[in-house]
Amino acid sequence: MSWLLRSLADQARGLRRGEVTSARLVEEALARIAALDPRIGAFVRITATQARAAAEAADRRLAAEGDGAPPVCGIPVGLKDVLCVEGVETCAGSRILQGFVPPYTATAVARLTAAGAVAVGTCNCDEFAMGSSTENSAYQITRNPHQLGRVPGGSSGGSAAAVAAGLVTASLGTDTGGSIRQPAALCGVVGFKPTYGRVSRFGVIAFASSLDQVGPLTRTVEDAALVYSTIAGHDPLDATSSRRPVDDPIAELALGVEGMRLGVPAEYVDGDLDPGVRREFEAACGRLAALGARIETVSLPSTRFALAAYYVIAPAEASSNLARMDGLRFGPGAPTAPSLRAAYEQARHAGFGPEVRRRIMLGTYALSSGYYDAYYRRAQQVRTLVAQDFGRVFERIDAILAPTSPTPAFPLGSRTEDPLAMYQSDVLTVPFSLAGVPAVSLPAGLSEGLPVGLQIATPAFQDARCLRVAAAFERAAGVAAPPALAREPVG
Amino acid sequence: MTQGSSGRRLAEVLSQWEPVIGLEVHAQLLTRSKMFCGCRADYAGLPPNSNTCPTCLGLPGALPVANAAAIRMTVRTGLALQSRIPEHSKFDRKNYFYPDLPKGYQISQYDLPLCVGGWLEFDVGGTERAARITRVHLEEDAGKLLHAGEIQRAGFSLVDLNRAGVPLMEVVGEPDLRSPAEARAYLVALRQLLVYLGVNDGNMEEGSLRCDANISLRRPGEESLGVRAEVKNLNSFRILQRALEHEVVRQAALLESGATLTPETRGWSEAEAATVPQRGKEEAEDYRYFPDPDLPPIRCDPDEVAAIRSELPELPRARALRLRQQHNLSLDEARGLTERPGEADHFEQLVAAGAPPATAAAWQLNELAGLCQRAHRSIETSGLDLGQLARLLLLVQRREVSAATAKTVLAQALETGADPVGLVEAGGLRQLSDEGELTDRVDQAIAARPQAARDFLAGNDRALSALVGHVMAATRGRADARRVDELLRERLTREGGG
Repeated sequence: MSWLLRSLADQARGLRRGEVTSARLVEEALARIAALDPRIGAFVRITATQARAAAEAADRRLAAEGDGAPPVCGIPVGLKDVLCVEGVETCAGSRILQGFVPPYTATAVARLTAAGAVAVGTCNCDEFAMGSSTENSAYQITRNPHQLGRVPGGSSGGSAAAVAAGLVTASLGTDTGGSIRQPAALCGVVGFKPTYGRVSRFGVIAFASSLDQVGPLTRTVEDAALVYSTIAGHDPLDATSSRRPVDDPIAELALGVEGMRLGVPAEYVDGDLDPGVRREFEAACGRLAALGARIETVSLPSTRFALAAYYVIAPAEASSNLARMDGLRFGPGAPTAPSLRAAYEQARHAGFGPEVRRRIMLGTYALSSGYYDAYYRRAQQVRTLVAQDFGRVFERIDAILAPTSPTPAFPLGSRTEDPLAMYQSDVLTVPFSLAGVPAVSLPAGLSEGLPVGLQIATPAFQDARCLRVAAAFERAAGVAAPPALAREPVG
Repeated sequence: MTQGSSGRRLAEVLSQWEPVIGLEVHAQLLTRSKMFCGCRADYAGLPPNSNTCPTCLGLPGALPVANAAAIRMTVRTGLALQSRIPEHSKFDRKNYFYPDLPKGYQISQYDLPLCVGGWLEFDVGGTERAARITRVHLEEDAGKLLHAGEIQRAGFSLVDLNRAGVPLMEVVGEPDLRSPAEARAYLVALRQLLVYLGVNDGNMEEGSLRCDANISLRRPGEESLGVRAEVKNLNSFRILQRALEHEVVRQAALLESGATLTPETRGWSEAEAATVPQRGKEEAEDYRYFPDPDLPPIRCDPDEVAAIRSELPELPRARALRLRQQHNLSLDEARGLTERPGEADHFEQLVAAGAPPATAAAWQLNELAGLCQRAHRSIETSGLDLGQLARLLLLVQRREVSAATAKTVLAQALETGADPVGLVEAGGLRQLSDEGELTDRVDQAIAARPQAARDFLAGNDRALSALVGHVMAATRGRADARRVDELLRERLTREGGG
């Protein structure tokens, strides 16, 4: 089996035992990308030269430091196209940022590469992380490695597909309303959204600042914990990053769930769920009960307003965050525009895709004088209620269980004409985002051959506990098998 | 507009209309770094766009981190203005597109400013007045645009973002000012206060202190407000007063002709000596303010506020009052000496070094100020030794050195750094105090200038100064001019009468 289909932890052991080198891992990743990615479209950019140099450096470091080297040292990773990397074009899936080469690196990426991880390329995503299928990228679509006619989810669809297909060992994504968890679920990998404020947002091209959070996509829960502990922690460059010390998730992974109280929100399973998703979710609950956890039904009554509130707050922030993309400093500009105003309008109309334009208009409307109270302020009040719901439930429950997505991966193009149907993809992930709590999605079986995700959420800053519950489930259920495409012989 | 027909017209208008004026003053704070990034706040003389970073350039993914020193300076200002400092405050985004605003929004404060309420005391024409302060808040400055010619016709405009993100404190005043002269006096007092607080350099010429004015007219005794014009960029005391005077006359003429005013934004045109409509960069702009999600709310801890309060310096009015009482100075002297904190420090140090206060005050405000100005130095940086200066002033007070001599040696001391008292001694310049010798000199002068003596006796008092001048020249300034004057009168009237 290819090294790239093994877990990050296995690769790290192999690197230390001299069974493999970072150079070989990276060559294998590049070869697999060359062979498989034309069919998937996970990567928009490959940085082979930098990756080979970084792999050599990682090998020297492994030789010098041995077991003392960071766990991610020498591991090939992919980076979502919203994470700025110094000297590497970063476009957020948008035409308007074509040619933008940041003179700085996102803190999360800097920490990962400082620990020796090797970035091999940039993963495709929905434009400015707005979407649930990665069909909104201005550059290409990404296909689900399990069934190429299906979407990989979004917006971190490229990051999820790249890990699922074994093109890289781990990737970084960003999650605003589910953009790590939902594609992880649809591609059958682990995706972890840490507590808001746990990972620096510096260098992350913003979608909605009060919700955006960077997190890992990996093949196993332990791998997610290893990447998470590499990137988490206070950053003086991000005023919203927390100063609380980071709990060590690795130490807790093995602790199990015996005696834990796990809550299943009635509102989440009463709604429209794909039968296969419902079946696998119930089976997962049964498996956790068998491990000694107590499964209880809980109520999060404000949940039914969460999606609506999210689709006011996130576009409102986005409408302001995207104003710096004025179309003049970035993108093609509008050299023939007769006035300044016309230049802005022409350049931005040409530079942004339809979904981004839709959200800018929604957000601008929600913040407009006369509508602010009815939309933005009301949505913030709902957000407070949602957070209070979680606070109340977490007083007596250790973790919440929910399906990640109401359906498995849907066919390409099936929701592109119906934005509201697309927005429904996020209905089970958005409440956790509004509450700012950590949530992980991990594979929990298949529905008609397509992966189903189990979502686990814990109180804010209980990221280690979140991963601990996930690890217990994964030990019982086994690590999900890679898709058939990933097992094809390469080269 | 203070002379001629326009001056008369202004006086006439002011007798029939009451101007209602409120000022919005923007002050760049004297912090080391910008408001939300580590770039320098002092961008003077730097090549365009060299004082920038991803954050103040508004590059995607760059984040703001609030400058704590700027927050403290704003609170300090609020405390000096008797504002309330609420425990909870926050930054908001003011959204609009303009090329000098790289993020497409300005980080400012909307509904929860750092400082609320308060007042500013000032003098106008010898009367004490106070105007209420609405709020003091903190925001970031924009960049600068350089248009190739007139803005509407420019083929291109250049953007310099060195200034973008510099901490800008806005002091919003209530419409409590009732004349252009009051507005000017208010701004003078506010500028002085900010300089005293060490939060702003007071430099209006270079734009580190900028002023916009809202002005409307109403009939005296009316309660409701008229339609106001906002006059922007009134960046000197003179321009502020002239623009408001012009606006008073302009609005009165319109109102008297029965026209209906509409709120508008105007600017001062030096060429036309008039306020002119400003084509707004925004047409009825909706700024869509909302809390900046990149910046956590600000909490002003009452203990920290108390600490800032305890560090407030003595403020100009209090200092003037104290100096006046302590040293028996006139109001004008006390005000003059406390105009800038450095001047007041100099005066107090001079007195502490042994200079007689009255002499020190008079000399610092007049002779010393003049000498320093000619030498292109400030009083504080004159280079004169305070102890030496104090000794010289003591000699002046005791009339052992004449004013003329003192001035001469001070000018030399400023130039060479020599001890002025040493120069007096070395040159034998102590005042002639021997009455006998003085009387001889006076008699010699009368003998030498008989015509002047006759003119004086004929009733031309001014002829006496020619005789005083003669004595002073003959004694190389060592004589006490006042005593010479007395002696001359004595001798001449005795002779004339006898």
